[in-house]
Amino acid sequence: MNAPVKSFTAPTRRDVMVVAAATAGGSLLIGCSQADILSLGADSSHFGPFGPFLRIAPDGAVTVISKHIELGQGSSSGLAAIVAEELDADWSKVSVEMAPANAKAYANAGFGAQGTGGSSAINNSWDQLRTAGAAGRAMFVTAAAQRWNVPAGEITVKDGVVSHPSGKQASFAGLLTDAAKVKPPQNPPLKDPKTFTLIGTDRVRRKDARAKSTGKAQYTQDVHRPDMLTAMVAHSPRFGGKVKSFDDSATRKIPGVVDVFKIPTGVAISAQNTYIARKGRDALTVEWDDSKAEMRGTDEILATYRQLAAGKDPGNLRWQVFDQHGQAGAPAGGKVIEATYDFPYLSHAPMEPMNCVAEIGNGDPKITTASQIPSMDQLNTALIAGCLPGSVKIETLFAGGSFGRRANFKSDYVSECAHIAKHVGGGRPVKLVWAREDDMTGGYYRPLAHHSVQVTLGPDGLPSHWRHRVVCQSIMKGSPMGGGKLDTSTVEGTLGSPYLKATPNVDGQVIMPDSPVTVLWWRSVGATHNAFVMEHTIDQLARAAGKDPVEYRRALYAKAGADRHLAVLNLVMDKAGPVTPGWSRGVAVHESFGSVVAQAAEVKLDGATPRVGRVVTAIDCGLAVSPDQVAAQMEGGTCYGLSAALYGQITFKDGLVQQKNFDTYRVLRMHEAPHVETYILPSTNHPSGVGEPGTPVIAPAVANALLALNGKPTLSLPFVKT
Amino acid sequence: MTTLLNINGKDVTVSTSTDTPLLWVLRDELQLTGAKYGCGIAQCGACTVHLNGVAIRSCQAPIGSLVGAKITTIEGLEGVHPLQAAWIEADVPQCGYCQSGQIMSAAALLARTPHPSDDEITAAMDGNICRCGCYQRMRAAIKIAAAQPARPVAA
Repeated sequence: MNAPVKSFTAPTRRDVMVVAAATAGGSLLIGCSQADILSLGADSSHFGPFGPFLRIAPDGAVTVISKHIELGQGSSSGLAAIVAEELDADWSKVSVEMAPANAKAYANAGFGAQGTGGSSAINNSWDQLRTAGAAGRAMFVTAAAQRWNVPAGEITVKDGVVSHPSGKQASFAGLLTDAAKVKPPQNPPLKDPKTFTLIGTDRVRRKDARAKSTGKAQYTQDVHRPDMLTAMVAHSPRFGGKVKSFDDSATRKIPGVVDVFKIPTGVAISAQNTYIARKGRDALTVEWDDSKAEMRGTDEILATYRQLAAGKDPGNLRWQVFDQHGQAGAPAGGKVIEATYDFPYLSHAPMEPMNCVAEIGNGDPKITTASQIPSMDQLNTALIAGCLPGSVKIETLFAGGSFGRRANFKSDYVSECAHIAKHVGGGRPVKLVWAREDDMTGGYYRPLAHHSVQVTLGPDGLPSHWRHRVVCQSIMKGSPMGGGKLDTSTVEGTLGSPYLKATPNVDGQVIMPDSPVTVLWWRSVGATHNAFVMEHTIDQLARAAGKDPVEYRRALYAKAGADRHLAVLNLVMDKAGPVTPGWSRGVAVHESFGSVVAQAAEVKLDGATPRVGRVVTAIDCGLAVSPDQVAAQMEGGTCYGLSAALYGQITFKDGLVQQKNFDTYRVLRMHEAPHVETYILPSTNHPSGVGEPGTPVIAPAVANALLALNGKPTLSLPFVKT
Repeated sequence: MTTLLNINGKDVTVSTSTDTPLLWVLRDELQLTGAKYGCGIAQCGACTVHLNGVAIRSCQAPIGSLVGAKITTIEGLEGVHPLQAAWIEADVPQCGYCQSGQIMSAAALLARTPHPSDDEITAAMDGNICRCGCYQRMRAAIKIAAAQPARPVAA
């Protein structure tokens, strides 16, 4: 896009549709990058002399701008540390803030759009932010060299102080005016990682701990503006249902209710505050058109999945091959182990239910929310407001958790809020509040999934033939990321498994049924079920072969050349030591988002409920920017995975979601929380993912501990049936 | 119709209906947004405040029932409470949304039981959900705070 974006002063709906088509399809506007297109109408003129990632105040205070939202994963502090390291700033004077929406400046290198996901924040920013910090440092060094008339090579920088051996010294504050005039170098020299003084140390702590421990951290839920309306929406109780008619007479009688009106996703109630909006919604009567709705129960859906895996004619659906090598059929005579596994729909259930503030109808639209894919939230808002995507201003606040829920290409609740704000008009702020019940019944679940596995063992006891069938709804279909026939997110972790690599004959196929039920990535995505199937199957194979499951894995990793898997397995077994008397141990290892995690979990049964005590964790995540936050993510990821494994399930009866709140969607509490010890494999490799890889390993580790305890495999989750 | 409440040591008059839960008065009327909405049915504890020094779920407390009571929110903890200092030291929060409620539950515990056992910590904190799973760091932080020299804890 060579024309200045400001020439688009009068965008038409057609302009926006072209932009939308280009984004979804890739390249309708030839010569423009996706980030260019998503930035149409954006203003980048406010970036200062140090560029879009770094700002230095007259008093020398350093602010790092995080292009990634802080959802709890801690990456904003890690990103700040990367800049501070190369800048040689005083870490105690560094703060971090979240970037506004601007795809051109802040695109995720892996997406071509601004967004946070796939445990990629540190990974995709590493080179970019090291360069930003080093360029800033070079600007101060150049300014000092000129001022002192000394060679730049003799100047050192430490903790925000620039020094020369002659004794001359100046702070960032003192040199700021001159440094700001230096042209930022394109390729400044980066440090040798061996000389890092901040990255990789326990000094990299969370910058948001104080705000979050004093009630001062600002979430979307906390936004208050003069004249703001609060809105709630009556949503269809069934997926695919539409409003047929509604009676708002009782709602309108409630003092403080402002308006009731239909929007594409239901009936909106605007009111003076949250409690009145809720009362207004409770008083509303809506008749729903269920002609295109999902009317089945989850038992019926699962039954069709099982039939498909067992060979039923798939009709219009097609089996897609994800891994096929060696002989198609199983050899005769070998020992055969068969297992089928069922996984339920899961709700993300972050502590903060979905919400958004929108102002539309007075100048550029403004969205204030925990925006996880700002580029898509801009685009979807632009489609509703009728403007260029880059002109939609987004202020991103802390998210009260997400676990994938807020990264939504349809921008579901942001779009809903934009529709309401457009109806209200005049730029009046509207805060959309979802109740917990809206969040729990509102879809975008981890898909229901079924696996069927038949493995034939060879004479050495290792797998010689592996037949694997997966039935799972596609997350990517219909999204800008989902063009192909095979959505690999349904099979990731089975696809790419070292066990399949070590097996000479593999026949792996997946089928992806459609449904009106909305599905989405859920912390660690496909690994949530694929890791369980692979890791729990391996223990069953080892048992059938009469071998120790850890030794069995070592043999397979050696055969597959899976050195990183072997290294974390060895580290975890070394640190775990002998099993605590009275407990059973299970081990699992899984690679996701570029990192490999091994866990050894100690489990005992309390009646029918597994109790998990000590969990030793080893991770290879490349170079760990913040070892303490890597540990925090292993602790949290383990709890998140264990919560779902023990209790998590969304079920439908006649298309109606049976779980509405935390009384029926049980989650992990303190008395059930394991004690997680984390060991990081020393590495100088490029940093890889941390936010998600800690989640999928605990469920198979617990299942393997139970298998060792009582010989029974776990063939469906959750462990505790209600 | 107005209701007189005592919040963080100050008398406050509010004009919302008396059935309005304290949580929504704090958040929407008084802009004391530390206490959070998480479930609305006293299952998650994100809305925890102190009522005469006892931890309660403010989503279940209609303001009409609170006249004459002393209400303390996270904003009313004096200075930086030892628990808050411990929370920061242990880098407890992740998303942070539940943490006001967690700290208020822990503060009520330490006011009553300055040196709690593991079981007492679990019993006091089990009504507070943390989806990020910061439980082991909260437990550690409560122990750090409990090991501090005694000082008056805000009721």
